[in-house]
Amino acid sequence: MAELVSLTIDGRTVQVPPGTLVIDAAKKIGVEVPAFCYYEGLSLQAACRMCLVEVEKMPKLMAGCTLPVAEGMVVRTETPTIAKARKSTLEFLLTNHPLDCPVCDKGGECELQDMVFRYGAGESRYTEIKHHVDEKQWSPVVYFDAPRCILCYRCVRICDEGMGVGALGVINRGVVSEIAPNKTDHLECDECGMCIDICPVGALTSGAYRYKTRPWEMQHVGTICTHCSNGCKTTLGVRNNEIMRGDNRDQSGVNGEFLCIKGRYAFDFYHHQERLQSPLVRKNGKLEPVSWKEALEAAAARLKAARDAGSKIGVIGSTRTSNEENFYLQKFARLGLGTNHIDHHRTGDVVTLLDALSGQKDALATTADLYEKPAIVVLGADLALEHPLLSFQIRANFRHHQARVYAVTEKPVREDKYAAAAIRCDAAGELAALETLREKLANEPELVIVFGDTVKGDAVRKLVAFGSSLGKPVKYVALVDYSNSRGAMDMGLVPELLPGYRPSGQTGMSAGEMVASGDLDMLYIVGANPLEGGQPLGGKPFVIVHEMFLTETAQAADIVFPASSAYEKNGTVTSVTGEVQQLKKAVQAMGTKPDLEILGLLVREMGLAAQIGPWTPDKVFQEIRETVPGYNMPLPVIATGGAVQTAPVNGRIEVDARPDLVRSSRDGLFTSGTLGRYSKVLNSVVEGRHHT
Amino acid sequence: MTFSPELEEKFARLLTIYPEGRQRSAVVPMLMFAQDEVGHVTPELIEEIAKRIGIPTVQIEEVVTYYSMLHQKPMGKYHVQICTNVSCMLTGGTELWERACQKLGIGHLQRTGDGQISLEEVECIGACSWAPALQVNYDFHHNVTPEKLDEILEACRKVN
Ligand code: SF4
Ligand code: SF4
Ligand code: SF4
Ligand code: FES
Ligand code: FES
Repeated sequence: MAELVSLTIDGRTVQVPPGTLVIDAAKKIGVEVPAFCYYEGLSLQAACRMCLVEVEKMPKLMAGCTLPVAEGMVVRTETPTIAKARKSTLEFLLTNHPLDCPVCDKGGECELQDMVFRYGAGESRYTEIKHHVDEKQWSPVVYFDAPRCILCYRCVRICDEGMGVGALGVINRGVVSEIAPNKTDHLECDECGMCIDICPVGALTSGAYRYKTRPWEMQHVGTICTHCSNGCKTTLGVRNNEIMRGDNRDQSGVNGEFLCIKGRYAFDFYHHQERLQSPLVRKNGKLEPVSWKEALEAAAARLKAARDAGSKIGVIGSTRTSNEENFYLQKFARLGLGTNHIDHHRTGDVVTLLDALSGQKDALATTADLYEKPAIVVLGADLALEHPLLSFQIRANFRHHQARVYAVTEKPVREDKYAAAAIRCDAAGELAALETLREKLANEPELVIVFGDTVKGDAVRKLVAFGSSLGKPVKYVALVDYSNSRGAMDMGLVPELLPGYRPSGQTGMSAGEMVASGDLDMLYIVGANPLEGGQPLGGKPFVIVHEMFLTETAQAADIVFPASSAYEKNGTVTSVTGEVQQLKKAVQAMGTKPDLEILGLLVREMGLAAQIGPWTPDKVFQEIRETVPGYNMPLPVIATGGAVQTAPVNGRIEVDARPDLVRSSRDGLFTSGTLGRYSKVLNSVVEGRHHT
Repeated sequence: MTFSPELEEKFARLLTIYPEGRQRSAVVPMLMFAQDEVGHVTPELIEEIAKRIGIPTVQIEEVVTYYSMLHQKPMGKYHVQICTNVSCMLTGGTELWERACQKLGIGHLQRTGDGQISLEEVECIGACSWAPALQVNYDFHHNVTPEKLDEILEACRKVN
């Protein structure tokens, strides 16, 4: 590494690598240089002049956001001259500003407000009539109020560079310049809201949040997005037991500030009018609301009778419930109900990957690896639509580290545009196509390979053999669909495996077989919709369901328990990269209970409490840490909102991994399995209709 | 969109003269040349150029709305641009402008009913030494007097 450059900032010496910008060098010693247009990770703009600093021997004030450090430089960041310059800049920014802070969404957390508070400019010398433009709605998600805009270009850059969408621009010039959407009067884009959250002022506002509350009236709860497997931390702003917004401005979690439309806005399903608020029991052929007591007693009696009679009981678990719930469910099934017919919807061949990697060290990539490793291979997945965060990470890796990206997919993907190679192939033809890249990949110092559900079974083994044959460190990600798809597998929601990928030594029916079976006596389904699309049950089992909504499956049930969503419970979930993070309860939905509690109450009702154990999330997580291989992670990291990757299995998993059952739903940016139906925002954006 | 072979040739060349990955540098010249042929910058033209360069249309719109010499509505066959900036203003530019408006019965960025002439009040066109100055399409006229202006407008009206 090149030698460090030494300079003085506000009387303190700091050493930084050559090429560092003064604003970043200052940050290193805890000095904040005000900035509007400068934004870490985005290209430099130098448009706002807020970052002016004094540099000895330089005749004028310099823009700290574009000035690289030099040996011996003496910089001052707060002097009367600077304060005056900043005040003047602010005065200019306010000339056409409507000063409608009292009703602006951003009031209280606005960077312009903060700066004016700090430097003054309370009086304007501008006597002309202010240039006014009416507010515009560009989509159900994005609104633009031009007079508040300070033309920092952050929105334009995050959309183009960060998202790879490029839906925003700046049209006209001078005092009438304004931000414009790609379709003249509306947007067709990812509807991610990144532009809204990055806006330092209230110029871009969201349909979900605008004019609803003041920032200081909310409590902020950092939890994990329930929509896809990428495990983004979404910070929910809650007021009076109502979720007002989702964002991640504190950049915690594996996603930094990234969220797609689902993590940022699609929390709205939780108060959909069709949300179940009471247990239902079938009476005279109709599902009738009953008390919890009645429903629990009825379910317990049925389950007990079935177990005691040695009846055939099937259990289908969820890809969105917490690890604790999944663990407890399989324990309940295996120990309490004495059945090994337990399964969930499998969306990626994790089992074969872990088995094939037996004996290899450091072979499972983290979310951070996708940003840091010099070369990334994408096999058979359209990441920008199906795994938005992973796609964002790879794009950032290319921008910041010039990563080589190789896209081997059936259809064109967003990665093509900057990929070192983009190859088209038939689904399941990825490996043959990959072979053509062998030479290039062998020249890479290190590699991450991300693969979708078309690479399964033998193909995964071949892929790992291919990776090993390159003679370079290779890490893998087996893509899975939902927020805890990975956790469902890890917690043994399959017949052949116990938690931690230990073979159960027993057989059992798969979810599909349970649904089709003609001789199943009972079916216990937690947060899954195997009857989606109206598929009928093969036999006439007694069906008990935990659900948020009356899905096709719930409609076919005999007893339905109203379940809490991920935003209404505590626990942990495991992301696509095996990173475990904490769910934190943000709100309480009337009449519902978390699946873990429902199971616990049922266990107690059946007199199994001593056998199955306590059902608080903390206690169950403790048990998971103690008993499930790979999950003995440091509690403080998890408890403080951090992410820890599960330890690799690192041994053979000698079972039939059933790759035939692996099938991704291929949810796009605007769908989210059955849950997506109940999100108004996902159903309101026009792009949703184009994509799927 | 299809263009004349000459314009196609220009486009092809423009896309090769900038360093790899900097093809967007061709936006301005492509728009100028295309405007000369098509008459004004149409939405289809914007899409076409965006497609050829491989950037989002909004990035072309940024350029089109920034530069005043790019027009999004049809201008006259003869686009008369009269400078009223300092040097010209001091030497009668404003009067020329007003005279032209009156004679033609049109204003800034408007066009005569027959589509023959359009007017634009412009900032300095770099001909201060010969102020007042005006420009008809790409041709400059220096030291313009009211009489000379009348002649110029008359000529524009006639020629086909
Ligand atoms: S919502 Fe996202 S994709 Fe759409 S304009 Fe904003 S940043 Fe771009
Ligand atoms: S809308 Fe917001 S982010 Fe975009 S340029 Fe204006 S102030 Fe900056
Ligand atoms: S990428 Fe996935 S986890 Fe992240 S916000 Fe979007 S849906 Fe949620
Ligand atoms: S932050 Fe430096 S000019 Fe805007
Ligand atoms: S001011 Fe008219 S040409 Fe310069």
